[in-house]
Order: sequence, then C-alpha cells, then structure tokens
Amino acid sequence: MEQRKLETREMLLNVGPAHPSMHGIIRIVAKLDGEQVMDCDVEIGYLHRGFEKMSETVDYNGVMPYTDRLNYVSPLINNMGYCMAVEKALGISVPDRCHYIRVIMSEISRITDHLTCIGAGAMELGAFTVFLYMIKAREFLWELVEMVTGARLTVSYCRVGGVKGDLPEGFEERCRKALEETRTVLKESDILLTRNRIFVDRMSGTGKISTEDAISYGITGPFLRGCGTAYDVRKDCPYAVYDRLDFDVPVGTRGDNLDRYLVRMEEMHQSIRILEQALRDIPDGPFLAHPETGRAIPAAEMVDEAKMGNIVQIEGARAVVDPTLDGASEEEHPGIAADEKRVFLPPKEDTYGNIEGLMQHFKLVMYGHGVRPPKGEVYFPVEGANGELGFYVVSDGTNVPYRVRVRPPCFAIMSALPKLIIGDMMADVTPTFGSINMIGGELDR
Amino acid sequence: MNAESLIQAVKDRFPKAVEASHAYRGDATVVVHRESLLELARTLKEDPAFQMNFLMDLTAVDYSAFGTKPAPAFFASSGVAVRPSTTIPDKAPWPGPPAFGRFVVVYHFFSLALKHRLRVEVPVEETDAEVDSLISLWGGANWLEREVWDMFGIRFRGHPNLKRILMYDEFEGHPLRKDYPVNKRQPLIGPDN
Amino acid sequence: MTSRLDEAIGWARKFSIFQYPFVTACCGMEYMATACSHYDVDRFGAGLPRFSPRQADVLFVVGTISHKMAPVLLRIYEQMAEPKWVVAFGVCTCTGGFYDNYATVMGIDTIVPVDIYIPGCPPRPEYVLDGLLKLQAKIQNQRETGERSAPEPRPEFSV
Repeated sequence: MEQRKLETREMLLNVGPAHPSMHGIIRIVAKLDGEQVMDCDVEIGYLHRGFEKMSETVDYNGVMPYTDRLNYVSPLINNMGYCMAVEKALGISVPDRCHYIRVIMSEISRITDHLTCIGAGAMELGAFTVFLYMIKAREFLWELVEMVTGARLTVSYCRVGGVKGDLPEGFEERCRKALEETRTVLKESDILLTRNRIFVDRMSGTGKISTEDAISYGITGPFLRGCGTAYDVRKDCPYAVYDRLDFDVPVGTRGDNLDRYLVRMEEMHQSIRILEQALRDIPDGPFLAHPETGRAIPAAEMVDEAKMGNIVQIEGARAVVDPTLDGASEEEHPGIAADEKRVFLPPKEDTYGNIEGLMQHFKLVMYGHGVRPPKGEVYFPVEGANGELGFYVVSDGTNVPYRVRVRPPCFAIMSALPKLIIGDMMADVTPTFGSINMIGGELDR
Repeated sequence: MNAESLIQAVKDRFPKAVEASHAYRGDATVVVHRESLLELARTLKEDPAFQMNFLMDLTAVDYSAFGTKPAPAFFASSGVAVRPSTTIPDKAPWPGPPAFGRFVVVYHFFSLALKHRLRVEVPVEETDAEVDSLISLWGGANWLEREVWDMFGIRFRGHPNLKRILMYDEFEGHPLRKDYPVNKRQPLIGPDN
Repeated sequence: MTSRLDEAIGWARKFSIFQYPFVTACCGMEYMATACSHYDVDRFGAGLPRFSPRQADVLFVVGTISHKMAPVLLRIYEQMAEPKWVVAFGVCTCTGGFYDNYATVMGIDTIVPVDIYIPGCPPRPEYVLDGLLKLQAKIQNQRETGERSAPEPRPEFSV
C-alpha cells in the first residue's frame, strides 16, 4: 500500500509582545518544524524608558527612584549598587552599621526576587499553589521592607553616603519571624516541586547551555552557577561587609532549567543564613531612651501631652521620632551616614537648630547645588539577583551625572536565548523563559 | 595583578597602541587606537598572563558637552566648615577625557581565573564613527554593539546584523547623544506631546 | 430610568469581570500581590485573568507603555469585544509618570479611552481594590446596551 507523502513546511510563529507570561514583554519569532524550534529571533525594547538619558537630567540623589525601577523585584540591590558606585567616585566610605543595614536589605531583596522568579515559573507550568505560597512569603518580607523604608516595592532607601533612616525598634524580632515563615514556605514548595515527576520532566534536559557559551555571552549569576562555574561577586570581589559573613555559593552541574531552579532555592537558604549572621553581628545602634531616666516616648504622644498641659508626665523622657520620616535624628546619624558634609544631609536638629546645619542642608538640596563628585569615571559591580550588576558612572564635576550606565545581567542572558531554545520543543520555551528571570525594567532600562 | 602592573603589562605588549592610561580609584584603564583594538582584545582573551574571558560591558560616552557647565568648588563661598580644603582630596586626579574624538567606546573586561578587571577606551571621531566588532571573540558583543549603534550611532565593522534593538526601526536619530533633546518624541501612533 | 432588568444585568456584569492583564513593568508586581491570597481580588469576582482579548472584558493596562508598545496596545484594545472597559493602572499609564522622555507614551488616554485611573507608583493593593470598586459602580450604572455612561470622544490620529 502506498503512503501518501505529506508535504511539510516550516512555520513562523510569533510569540508576540503581549503574551500569557508573567515575565515581561519580548517578542520571539520562532521558526518551527512541527513542534521543534529550528531558529528564532528575539526582539526586545518594548519597555525602554530611557533610564540613562533621564539620569543626565537630575542630580545624583535624584537618580535613586530611577534605579529602583530597573530590577523592580529587588530594588534595594540596585539602590545599593548605584550608591556604592557614586561613593567610589567620591572616595568616601560609610560606617559599619550602614554597611550591615545595606547588606540586610539587599539579602531580603534577593530572597523576594528568587521567590517571584520561582513562583511565576512554577505557575506557568501549572503549579498554581506554589505561586500563592511564594507570594505569601513575599508579602511577609515586603511588610518588613515597608517597616524600614516606608514603601513596599519602589523604595529609594539608600542615599549617596548612607541610608535614609535607621532600622526601627523591633526590627530584629519581626525579621526573624518573617524568616521563619519563609523557611516554612520554602520547605513546602520543595516538597511540592523538587521531586514532582511532571516538574522534573519538564525542567531537566531543557534550556541547556555549555559553560564556554555562557562565558562567551557574558552570563553571570545563578545562570552561570547552574552550569558549574562558581562566580559570585560577593565572594570574588567582595564589597560592603560580605567578606566577614560566612556563606556558600551553590553550583549546579548540567546547565539546564532544573539545576537553575535548585541553585535559586539553595541561594535563598544561604541568604537567610547571611541575614541571621548580619542581625547578630550588626554594631550597636542608637540609644533611643533618655540617658538619665531611661524613658522613651513617641514624639506624637509627647506633643499631645504637652498640649493638654501634662508637662510632669513627659519630663525626663526623650522623644522618639518615627524613622520613616525623612531626615535622621542626631543619635542615629553617626551610624547610618558617612561623616562627610559635602554629601549627606545633617541631622534634623542641626538643620533647624544652627546656621551651619542649615547651610549644609541648603547646599545639598537646592537646585544647582548638591553632591558633586570630582571629575572621573568609575565602575562598580555588585551581585544582583540575576548576576553581576555593574554601574559605570562618569562625572564632570557638576551636580548632575554626565553618564550613568547600568550593565544589566539579564541582557547577556537574553542575548543567548536563541542558543537555549533552538533544538527544544515549543512547549519547552515556557520553563526556559521562566528560569531566565527576565525583568523588563532591567533588560530594556 | 593589581591595576598598575596590569597597565604596565598591556603597555609592554602594545607599546604603540596605548595612548594613555590611568588607575583612577583603582580601576585600570588604557586608551588605545581603534586599529589595534581587535588585536588587543584577542591577546587579552587568549594570553595566559591576562585570561580575560569575560566581556562584561560595552558602551560609549559622548564627550561633546563635557566641561561646558560651570562646576564651582564645594562650599566655596558659604562659610560652612569642611575639612581640609574645598575639594575632596585626590592623590591621583583623573586625567580627563581623551584628547580627540567626540565619542569614546568603553569596554570592560574581567578575568575569572585571575580576578582582575581592565577598562579599554577607544576614542572615535564623529564623522568617522566606526570600530571593529568583537563578535568573533565574544558572542555577547552582538547585542551590546547593537545597543551602542542604536543609542549613539557608532558602527561596528563585521557585525552581521547591525540594526536597532531598544528603539523601533522608524525612529530617527540616536537618543543618547548629547544633542538629542530628552523629550523629543517620535510617536508611531498618538499625539506628539 | 433604569429598569429592574438593567440593574440585574449590571449586577451580574460587575461581579464577573474577566480581566486582560496587559502587564509590562513594576506595577505588575503589585498586580500580582493584589491577585494573590493576601489582598485577594477573587472575592470581588475579578479573579480570573483571561489571556486572550476575545475572552476578556476589562483591559488592565499595568505598567509603562512605550512608543514601541503602543500599536500593540491599540490592537489588543480593538480585538476585544464590546462591552469593554479600560483601567489605567499606575501613574505611568495615567500620565506618563516621571519618564518624560523620548520613549514613553504620556498617558494611554491619548491612544485608548480610559474608564478608571488608578494612580500610584506602584499603587498599593488597597488603592487597586478601591479602583475596582469604582469600576464596579460604573459597570452597574451602564445601560443595557453596554454604551459608556460618559461617552468619550476618540482621539484623532492616523494608524
């Protein structure tokens, strides 16, 4: 019996900018032979918001809100990277407590980034429960961030020369509780996913890349560690206080999606470990009670009592101002700010109290004045959640940066996307794209 | 190798190509002529003394507006007490942008084995804005060079697919140049404001 | 004068919103937070996102729209079937936010007619729920034919 020959042709499929994935907007034009991807072309730039051009129009501290929105799932890491680059250009260093505060907030951001990545990736494969659990853990961490900075997502917490305000009282217990909850969620998700037949079958063997190709494309971060190379900026070129903290760098073997998932899960455990050490080792904070009587009273209460005439009750107490108000008070200042008048705002008592503080405040805030690094160019890399996040800042001596360039980690990974999906089937594009953790704000800036 | 010995090793290898060098704030930087860029990059990648296997970043800076705005010294006339002088002291001040060329293409290299970094700068004139492409050595150079073409208008010889990556094809002009105004919009649909 | 039938249809429509989440940027994270268990949006009947414009009623435009993305947004809006509503989520979609530059659309109401504006950068989930309640009130008060209660003139442009 003769079999009719079926005519086969390749099909061009446009996985267009508006597509059912939680990961941002790109366009993949894939040439398919049946279900297998033969060739593909990736188009990005749908979220280009002109970060680099906007940062040439505002002053150095004014760039902070723009840096939040780069990698918007881990905004504190971007803030810290930019501030450390400008501090390198200025040649100043911040006190230890400030370093510890920045490390604590960075690690919390890193945990939220990995939670979002794995949660969204699992949801696209059908595991909706894992997504809900991870977003629940993320909410606990965001409440913690809100307690310190005042905002959940776009924080602008770091300033050039320090941080905006100190950690509030009661932060340590809340943080430990949130970490306990996160550990529970990670354990539950691990039980649900890591030995799940469907998850493992879809993730292992797909999206493979070799180490030479990864290095040639400039890929760093959990992606490169999934291939077997242990490069972590925190270990190899340490900054802040990472050289005093003890943590491991998890490394995969095969370079496929499952290894990256396992690397990210383990990195979250290591981040929790770093957080616990940092909370233990942080140098002492301000002494917020009155030195003689030991009593502290919230400032609003003090004002109310005074208005009602109850002066006796508030005598001998010290007013405690909410740290989420902008402007640090005098006791906190040495802990969170570099001792450099040209850069950081004075404590509020000085701004309103004496003329020197007022002049310093004026010189830093008013239009035309501000932080002025000397002429020069610097490059400063930090470990972002996706890899090496580098800031290249060129200064011409004025209060407005001349050029700010951010080296986006997921740009390198996305340029290798054709290498990852060619040869796999169309359905494998979903887990691969999920494990890349592409964040549109960082890719297109 | 630390910054100074790295610069010295590069200068020893390519004495005629290196025009200037500095190690401002500890970042080793060399300024080279564009003809010797490909040779230098190949040596940096393959030579066991350097082993720069990562091309971390490839970008450009437009120096046409450098120094045009006045930059008075810190707290010069206000009477606020700062220590010790009115400028933040610099043991080795930055030599300034390269002497010629409107654009400077900046490459950041990193070696995973030896953990050192090098910045290579290639000055380019405005009328003849073309540099060799590094795509034969590093695959990541593909998209990075497309972005420099899109944002600055610098061409790369040997690049297979030099078209816009962040802006749409109908866009005219190169946005990150200093003479492109920030809010000049060229919408595909919708009004112009 | 609305009849009982109009009221009933309005009630049914407002509690079964199928959203098309056109998510681009950071507001997407707060959208995810609103949709999940902490600030559950499913209790308002709006918990099922439909990722096809043919199957959706409300177009949530979440996150900055650049000029490269604008034609795509218009095409998705035109592909949706009446009755349809548009929610501008986040200040980048309301007015362009602080990205006043060459690449951003300064407010999506220059391209599509918008019903509810939810400002915030990004808006807290409580604001989103407030906006959703206002949208539900608007849906309840529309006439049976599905026309907008305050018809807005379409902007003139060439596609």
